[in-house]
Amino acid sequence: MVPVLLFYFFSLLAIGGGILTVTRRSVVVSGVWLIVSLLGVAGLFLLEGAEFLFVAQLILYVGGIILLFLIAVMLVNFNAAVYTRRFRNGWPAVLSICLLLAAELLALLSAGRFAAPVTPAPGLPNADAVADALLSKYLVAFELASVVLLAAVVGAVLMGQKRKEHAS
Amino acid sequence: MTAQLTPFHFIAVSALLLVVGIAGVLLRRNLIVVLMSIELILNAVNINLVTFSRIHGQTHGQVFALMIMAVAVAETAVGLALLIALYRNRGTVLADEIDLLKW
Repeated sequence: MVPVLLFYFFSLLAIGGGILTVTRRSVVVSGVWLIVSLLGVAGLFLLEGAEFLFVAQLILYVGGIILLFLIAVMLVNFNAAVYTRRFRNGWPAVLSICLLLAAELLALLSAGRFAAPVTPAPGLPNADAVADALLSKYLVAFELASVVLLAAVVGAVLMGQKRKEHAS
Repeated sequence: MTAQLTPFHFIAVSALLLVVGIAGVLLRRNLIVVLMSIELILNAVNINLVTFSRIHGQTHGQVFALMIMAVAVAETAVGLALLIALYRNRGTVLADEIDLLKW
């Protein structure tokens, strides 16, 4: 019973935080609600036995990405956005996507798919198993991810710096 | 309320979070909030990957979720740098005022 209650609590954090992120007027308030939503997702990871992803979510998202967003908000300092319309016209697309996903969920529910509770297979602890897969089978992808991050760092610095006035 | 957690619970939460994120991307005018909504979408995908990884009793889905996190960090860093450069050049971060390439 306790995992079910925790599940509803974390889901409420994730989805409620997401809705408030999207609807709040001030960007800083949106960022704070994004923290709440990401913490809810981290709790869902923990409930699913993915402890390594839980820690990665806390460090990367809540520690890293939120900081990036708040620093960008400080650098941009665009106050006019607070006083104008928040939304633009995209309601038909959003409503159709809502209907589509609701139909898919209803189809899954009526077909009884994924309705059996999963008992985790005994084996290595989660972090060990993830490390085994990451450093043996997915070693190339792991190294490529580091190259992508390096390229992103260089690209962010290049694009974020002030343009120097060229001669002529 | 069922007494046990099934994978369907997690899939449903993932779908709801995905809809919230898509709504943010399509509806908000402020590009910073649009980038935040993209993070919500990627998180919804991660929940799905972890759920299916648990169903199949292996960790490959979690490795993919880690890769998505790495790409999300890169995307956010580059996206925010682009946004700052854009604000410096055009003086706006509203999505529908950036229309130089329209028509």
